[in-house]
Amino acid sequence: MFKKAGSFVGLAAAMAILAPVAADARDQIRIVGSSTVFPFSTAVAENYGKVYKGKFKTPVVESTGAGGGLKLFCAGIGTGHPDITNSSRRIKKSEVENCAANGITEITEVKVGYDGIVIANSKKSPEMSLTLRQIFLALAKDVPEGNKEGGKLVPNPNKMWSDIDPSLPKVKIEVLGPPPTSGTRDAFNELAMEGGCKSFPELAAMKKTDTDRYKAVCRGIREDGAYVEAGENDNLIVQKLEANPDALGVFGFSFLDQNADKIQGSIVDGVTPTFENISEQKYPISRDLYFYVKNAHIGSIPGIKEFITEFTSEKAWGPDGYLAEKGLIPLPDEARKKQAEEAQGLKPLAM
Amino acid sequence: MTDASIDPSSVRSGPLYKGTAQSRKRYAAERRFRLYGLIAVIFALTALVVLLGSIVSRGYSAFTQTYLTLEVTLDPGEFGAPQPNQAAPDQATLLGANYGGIVKRAIRVQFPDVTARRDKRSLTDLLSPGAADQLRDLVVADPSLIGKTVTVDVPMSDDADMLRKGFIDRTAQASSRRLDDKQIDWYDRLDKAGKIESKFNIPFFTTGDSREPELAGIWGAVVGSFLTLIVTLVLAFPLGVSTAIYLEEFAPKNRWTDLIEVNINNLAAVPSIVFGLLGLAVFLNVAGLPRSAPLVGGMVLALMTLPTVIIAGRAAIQAVPPSIREAALGVGASKMQTVMNHVLPLAMPGILTGTIIGMARALGETAPLLMIGMVAFIVDIPGGFNDPATVLPVQIYLWADSPERAFLEKTSAATMVLLAFLVIMNALAVLLRKKFERRW
Repeated sequence: MFKKAGSFVGLAAAMAILAPVAADARDQIRIVGSSTVFPFSTAVAENYGKVYKGKFKTPVVESTGAGGGLKLFCAGIGTGHPDITNSSRRIKKSEVENCAANGITEITEVKVGYDGIVIANSKKSPEMSLTLRQIFLALAKDVPEGNKEGGKLVPNPNKMWSDIDPSLPKVKIEVLGPPPTSGTRDAFNELAMEGGCKSFPELAAMKKTDTDRYKAVCRGIREDGAYVEAGENDNLIVQKLEANPDALGVFGFSFLDQNADKIQGSIVDGVTPTFENISEQKYPISRDLYFYVKNAHIGSIPGIKEFITEFTSEKAWGPDGYLAEKGLIPLPDEARKKQAEEAQGLKPLAM
Repeated sequence: MTDASIDPSSVRSGPLYKGTAQSRKRYAAERRFRLYGLIAVIFALTALVVLLGSIVSRGYSAFTQTYLTLEVTLDPGEFGAPQPNQAAPDQATLLGANYGGIVKRAIRVQFPDVTARRDKRSLTDLLSPGAADQLRDLVVADPSLIGKTVTVDVPMSDDADMLRKGFIDRTAQASSRRLDDKQIDWYDRLDKAGKIESKFNIPFFTTGDSREPELAGIWGAVVGSFLTLIVTLVLAFPLGVSTAIYLEEFAPKNRWTDLIEVNINNLAAVPSIVFGLLGLAVFLNVAGLPRSAPLVGGMVLALMTLPTVIIAGRAAIQAVPPSIREAALGVGASKMQTVMNHVLPLAMPGILTGTIIGMARALGETAPLLMIGMVAFIVDIPGGFNDPATVLPVQIYLWADSPERAFLEKTSAATMVLLAFLVIMNALAVLLRKKFERRW
């Protein structure tokens, strides 16, 4: 059944495949980066592929996380490295330096819009109205004793929402949210938790005196079961919220937008998480989304400029564009115009 | 069976069939044991039925797609060809014409009462962006259609599709539905006129990924999986079989071969993500192979499958009775002739079974591919081993993570396709074993 030469033929075939070690020219844009920007970047990539059918290939978009994307992006210039990275936060100074150390000195920064982080629950339960301070008191690892200003820090004793404020329902605190590896979690910690933390003057004062301790206290999430790490999959959180009407969930606005018949977003600091409120930056827990372009690759990889033009066109990122349909919250008209000009002019980032 | 606590008096007290307290106890224990076994089997089967049931019940609806029958007038003015004597417009005009506008006009004609700009927009939202692409393909294939009115079935948007499949609650508050009251009314009017129909979702099996659920397909991922597995097979099978033969038949038994054996057995238990890290470090960073390529994916999965193939191969070779070897050697065959002509053919069914099971495991892997960039949004269908590609389980993972509700059924449908491939591969393994295996 299997003659002696058989395995050696196979081996030879394997060698034949391995032989063309391909580091040759690439004719396709490669994008890496944040999983939050991923749904938008892919939508642009797909439309770009359709518009330039036969001329440019559809870009390949990888979801590596914002940090991972910037690391790949800054690793060097050449076809082996990505051309664009998506990010759900602004590039850090250290990352710009890392980029520069690898010869990437010119980067174009494009701010594409906002992403709201919502705290939602099932429609079977009453809508919640929370303040950032209440969110902090509900989820922080350590809170001031008695939930009062000036109290010394104790491990979070709050079990019920009503423990924090009698006006809140007498329901167990149970919040499903993303794990620490997620960019959404970073943003939630920074915007919601730290925002609530800062409302305590003595904690806010700590920022100057003891930055490390400040970060640990203000961004630390309790680990006693009240905050449940529900994995990176936001759809799963939505399903769990439906099954458990007492629980709250933390995830991106687009999942609320798609499931508005099942879940409702809690009011935060008196503002409902709606498209308009996030766009006008009234809603407190929202962050900016970016992508970064390696200017050195323009010219060697075909179609990068056209991709930027497609992303920053009104039919993509405008209020009626297809990205809004996907849940991206557009920048205000003025800012969009300015960003589009700068992006298409490849204005290098200066920090 | 002996029992440590046998009472000597009961042993002496007569024949076994009399049913002493001792034997009754033993029989009861045996019945209980059988019952436990049965319960375990029933539990496993129930779990399987529930799993398959939930996947099928969620996923079967993805195999149909909602289409709208539209009469589209292909006005020559749209194609910039005012002279009737001019030959067909060139390719660029054909590709670049405003098909979106043509399709939108075609649906608006059906609802002359819709005049407000906002309403017009929400009316056209019932159609998929793929409708324009379909029309373009049609016209590019046959430019003589220009100037005529054609009847085409165009895909409707994912929201309209969800409404037809009953995943949108009509009684819910309008503001919390993906479709508002007007859109549902338009949909119902079209439905009443017999213009809406559900058809088998052919694009699901022929296209690559898309961000529009109604246009997304698994063909790109199937091709990617196929290319990846070919590389895996071509690498893992010859290497694994050669290793197994050498270790079983030729290698001296000493400390070195013991060490190798222990290492191979350990490798079989290494978490697959580790192979991905290895692939990133060696194949991408050192060898400079392209990211997201089935070539690299296949190499990484081959590393992962290799221990399985070796272990299965060795077990199969060991199972060939020594008499075969002795007989061959006895009539003067060399060691190599013995192995190649006698031992290996007899061991081959077992080796193949092990290989197929290893390949089936490789088919279901995502973790090692994450590191080498195969977890990516890729629209184009890969055409070779160096083209960017993704694989079936990755496609499932990406869809499961998408916010659009219509991706939920796609996720389950893709899972069904993956399971079908796994069942086929495992059935093949069973078949090979049944057909060729020899018992001694």
